[in-house]
Amino acid sequence: MPLNKKDAERLLEGWPQEVHRELAAARVRIVGYVPDAGHKRLIELCQHDRKMHAVVLTTEEEGIGLAAGAWLGGQKSALLMQSSGVGNVINAAGMLKTCRIPLVMIVTMRGEEGEFNSWQVPMGRATPGVLEAMGVSVRRAARAEDVAPLVAEALKQDQATAVLVSQRVIGIKSFQEQANQ
Amino acid sequence: MSATLHRREVVKSLLTDRKDLLVVAGLGSTSWDITAAGDSPLSLPLWGAMGQAAMVGLGLALAQPKRRVLVITGDGEMLMGIGSLATIGVQQPPNLTVVVIDNERYGETGMQATHTAHGVDLAEVARACGFKYSRTTSNLKKLRAIIHEGAGPNFAVVKVVVEKLPLVLPPLDGVALKNRFRRVLLGDSADVLSQKR
Repeated sequence: MPLNKKDAERLLEGWPQEVHRELAAARVRIVGYVPDAGHKRLIELCQHDRKMHAVVLTTEEEGIGLAAGAWLGGQKSALLMQSSGVGNVINAAGMLKTCRIPLVMIVTMRGEEGEFNSWQVPMGRATPGVLEAMGVSVRRAARAEDVAPLVAEALKQDQATAVLVSQRVIGIKSFQEQANQ
Repeated sequence: MSATLHRREVVKSLLTDRKDLLVVAGLGSTSWDITAAGDSPLSLPLWGAMGQAAMVGLGLALAQPKRRVLVITGDGEMLMGIGSLATIGVQQPPNLTVVVIDNERYGETGMQATHTAHGVDLAEVARACGFKYSRTTSNLKKLRAIIHEGAGPNFAVVKVVVEKLPLVLPPLDGVALKNRFRRVLLGDSADVLSQKR
């Protein structure tokens, strides 16, 4: 069942905080991001965490090099992006597999239930397939309460994992709602 | 500017007596150049991920703030990751230097002219992105000092002659390259870090 707006707002307060707690507990120090409305709160939590470098990227692909360098230097990292950004990381993501770099990608989905922009649909549909084709493990968080446990699990892996956060969890239904974030 | 410097000599000069410098080289000729200068566990030659060399350097510089980090890459590779100059400009890592060995060519694919052959000035781009030092230079002595001591982020373009050189290939195994780098840099903790929560 799709959530009503009030519930969606409440959960938007919830999962980002839980995920930030997991990142901090796993000593993630470097968080690359290209903003998405669904990541607004988590980005802010990382920016305000003095132990973390929140690194704004010009394109999601930069997050792959950032993660590889961080891991060479002994630090775990995370990459926050929207599903459209998955298309921007494809070639670089090959390095995650060939060098076995651990990285948790937290991907807020577009092009799913409730999508208001049809241009988002092709990449949204292709997102899990593209990630799997490049050797990135894919986990789906269909409910807000699934996100943090899946991130915690992904943080234990010695390889790249993407946690896809369903559009239903984000619950934004229009350009106006997005603009009001 | 007509170049007179030779890339292998430039890179060898930058890496001689490198102390505890951490080095990342971009896909293609610069990976062969750093290998010709002497393979080291604390060098990561990239065999893929074109455009990511400067970002690997940024990740390393942020994770290891007490170490000096040098990225050596080509003009084509840097152009593909040109946005990373803006990203580094925001982060302002004081310990990072990016050096572009610029022959104005895509050297691995038939020597086609890159944008720099048409006047695109990468040092001016880096300066506009907020790098503390950014020059096109042939003064290698000064560049060595900047790499080891200059308050960064630093950026330099060194123009080199177009030449076909024998390949000097680094180890190919990405996991092995990564693991040897981490073991020498991090010691025993390299093998257990990933298990920590």
